[in-house]
Amino acid sequence: MTTSTTHTTVGRYIGQSVKRREDPRLLTGHGRYVDDVQTPGTLHVAFVRSNYARGEITDLDITEALRVPGVEAIYTGADLNPLCQQFWATMTGPPIELGGETPYPPGSVLAQDDVRYVGDPIAVVIASSRYIAEDAADLVVVDIEPRTPVLGLHEAVASTELVHRELKSNVSAAMPMPTVPQVEALFANAPHVITRTFRGARATNVPMEPRGLIVHYDRYRSEMNIRAATQSVHEIKSFAARLTGLPESHIRAVADDVGGGFGQKMMVLREEAAVIAAGFKLGTAPVKWIEDRRENLMASNQARSEAGELSFAVDDDGHILAVKADFIEEVGAYPPSAGATAALAIGVFPGPYKIPVLIPGCTAVYTNTVGKSAYRGPWALETIFREQMMDHVATEIGMDPIEFRRVNLIGPDDLPYTTATQMVYENITPTETLDQVVEMIDVAAFRDEQARARQDGRLLGLGIAGYVEPSAIAFGVLSSDPAVLSMDVSGKVQVRLGTGSHGHSIETTIAQVIATHLGCDIDDVVVIQGDTATSPVGPGTGGSRTAVVAGGAAQTASIELRDKLVRIAAQLLEANPDDLEVEGGVVSVKGTPQAAISFAQLAMTAHMAPDKLPAGMGPGLEVAARYRPPTAFTWSNATHGCIVEVDPETGIVDIKRYVVSEDCGQMINPMVVEGQIAGGVAQGIGGVLFENMVYDANGNPLATTFLDYLLPSAPEMPDFEYGHVESMSNTLGGYKGMGEGGAIASPPALANAINDALAQRGVAALTEFPFGPSQIIDAINAAG
Amino acid sequence: MSSDTIHNVTVSMTVNGRGHTVSCQPRKLLSDALREDLHLTGTHVGCEHGACGACTVLVDGAAVRSCLLFAAQMNGADITTVEGMANPDGSLNTVQQAMQDCHGLQCGFCTPGIVVTLTAFLRDHPDPTDHEIRVAISGNLCRCTGYHGIVNAARQAARGEPASSVEAQSSESQSSESQKLESQS
Repeated sequence: MTTSTTHTTVGRYIGQSVKRREDPRLLTGHGRYVDDVQTPGTLHVAFVRSNYARGEITDLDITEALRVPGVEAIYTGADLNPLCQQFWATMTGPPIELGGETPYPPGSVLAQDDVRYVGDPIAVVIASSRYIAEDAADLVVVDIEPRTPVLGLHEAVASTELVHRELKSNVSAAMPMPTVPQVEALFANAPHVITRTFRGARATNVPMEPRGLIVHYDRYRSEMNIRAATQSVHEIKSFAARLTGLPESHIRAVADDVGGGFGQKMMVLREEAAVIAAGFKLGTAPVKWIEDRRENLMASNQARSEAGELSFAVDDDGHILAVKADFIEEVGAYPPSAGATAALAIGVFPGPYKIPVLIPGCTAVYTNTVGKSAYRGPWALETIFREQMMDHVATEIGMDPIEFRRVNLIGPDDLPYTTATQMVYENITPTETLDQVVEMIDVAAFRDEQARARQDGRLLGLGIAGYVEPSAIAFGVLSSDPAVLSMDVSGKVQVRLGTGSHGHSIETTIAQVIATHLGCDIDDVVVIQGDTATSPVGPGTGGSRTAVVAGGAAQTASIELRDKLVRIAAQLLEANPDDLEVEGGVVSVKGTPQAAISFAQLAMTAHMAPDKLPAGMGPGLEVAARYRPPTAFTWSNATHGCIVEVDPETGIVDIKRYVVSEDCGQMINPMVVEGQIAGGVAQGIGGVLFENMVYDANGNPLATTFLDYLLPSAPEMPDFEYGHVESMSNTLGGYKGMGEGGAIASPPALANAINDALAQRGVAALTEFPFGPSQIIDAINAAG
Repeated sequence: MSSDTIHNVTVSMTVNGRGHTVSCQPRKLLSDALREDLHLTGTHVGCEHGACGACTVLVDGAAVRSCLLFAAQMNGADITTVEGMANPDGSLNTVQQAMQDCHGLQCGFCTPGIVVTLTAFLRDHPDPTDHEIRVAISGNLCRCTGYHGIVNAARQAARGEPASSVEAQSSESQSSESQKLESQS
């Protein structure tokens, strides 16, 4: 097969580790995060929340709280819920009762009559300062008659109690595993059938900047201004319009700098909706809510409470014959839609392997816990469980895990390859990235070292994991991204994007794309995003999409604008457009550099002297482009390799090396690519070793501070080592998204390394995250 | 306690070289006083329980968490926030420049605390080991970078190692390897 379409070559900027233009303001304390905006007259919100996971509200008395000087208003569910008209996300579409296809939990911004998780917001207190708002919140009287909470994955399915009394079941989405006689026969006759159940540890995104927003509805202007810590200004604007009934055109949403999202700020969650409703009801002053960390850990949506039972049928040579994968996931009380991600996980489950038959099943259950949201690789359970399973199967059939992977990998000769789930890979490189990792690690040398260490009683382990990432998911509102490129009279350009600034370096990377394709200095390109008044409608930043989709839009716009500039130059230089070249903001005749004209001169002509333009050409220099990738998924891939030492006395895991070979197609900025890998891997490591959002038997979250919910810190992290393979995608520019993959493949790579180390002592492999010191010591002790 | 019974206190302190007098409630956190009363919003509040380090400032030269101090305790103190870290001409200081060179920040929210912590650490430990660097920033949580770029920045700031982030790796780490597949046929 061949790569296709109009790929660009590496230019003056694309492919270079250009330093980030975001950095000077952020390094000097001059970023503008939502809480940094301090408008005089702003009122501050504190929430009254439920202390019970499930129960009836028997009394709610705001009388005393209202007497606190400085309190402007206190709104309860009875005040705000009736104002709320529609409650759905653009990405998932309208609910069934509004003619859509997506199931949603009951829509309300505040608990009313009953509470459904610890942290469920009951009232909004609005006061002149956050201190006073919290004082008053403490004085709101809430009596709750507790009820037995619905908790646990399988328990929620079986429970006769309902999380949502409006619904008939705790199952939010399900696809039962079919029984296929031919497959049953295949399993019955297979030389090896291995079955394991894996479980994730409940985790939460933890952007370092918690959520927050300012809502100013001016009822006399019929105008709502929102500033928010969001991944998508257009989504919060659209959501606010549907919630309040205001015309969307009367709402402006702005997000300047945002302190991380990782999926948690992609959708509008309950508190944000409540503040929008509260600001709408107030109708006068700006209302600001800045989530504190306890709220973020208790009541911001979470993920990874998932389990999967995998059965692999394998022949004696290690070929995978068929797989059964049955997933169950917890979506809490109020996910942004049905919350289920297992259906997507099933679609991408085959990953980099030739799995001829896949029989899937999945179940998603509501529980009396905070809702599930997207978290960096929302479908990641497929890779996390599959890649652990690859090691379990290899061990069972007596093969080396790397060899077992090689036997089943999709190789260059297999492309294009259609998976059992009808996904089409046109250009991926799982064998090349595995080869690179094996070489970088020097696996043979490691095995020798491991054997020597074993003699000394030291436990070293190696883990490998591969994956194929469905980047730039392009359906529904995610199908396209816009770029509006305009050149001013001085010959400089601005591009307006539908994206946002929360760590992805877009102001730098998209400027690289434009400067390369337009043919100008990068300093002549300004990237504007995060404001619905200036940014064209787009789905925002997330889903590993921006390089591919917004990059494609920026490239399209650049080429179109360049084409117009060349045609104007041809007219002015009396040359054939085909004889012209563009470099550094100057159009010149090839081979005759003195016959040249600058972008500034061309811009003056286009704006100020339209009569000098070629016949039929309109004045001005604006291009509005929109790019839709050719396929619904743009596949990137990587292999991770990890070496650990497990201390058999303490159970502490020391990550000695961490190697990633990544193929994200044409890299725009390798420094940014490697930064995305490192951050994602660190999150994945956290999910294996440290992060565990535990609920007790009464539904109380037990990790609501950073002393309980442990994030990876610098001493636990290794230096990351990067390898790159660049195979071009079929998208414009050849880019492949890669923002989530680091977090997807690292949990199984680390898990496999730990289990390999434990196997040096004959300890049975662990299957349930976290693999913390206590779990490891328990396993060592159990092995005797 | 109702807030109308709380009497304000007056605090005089030097912040980034300039004298300020703030009148605030005795319960007001230093982080909130810096942000709300002095409008120095570069000091970020990430946890309010002294764990994340985003609010780190220098008080009389020592790196401390401004969310664990009351403004009322600061009478006579000399405070430096991230806004006071750049060189006098406004250019990035050595740590800030190294952070940019080594991609030590992504979303930037933890960054002010990192800059303040590293600046104070390298002032007191001009020749740190890698382990000392990692321990020095162990009280600063970053969710974006995996700390790799931050550690590289500290190495560069301390040792003047190469500026290019991709190549800026110490001898203990491996360099990147690259392989270009122009076409797979």
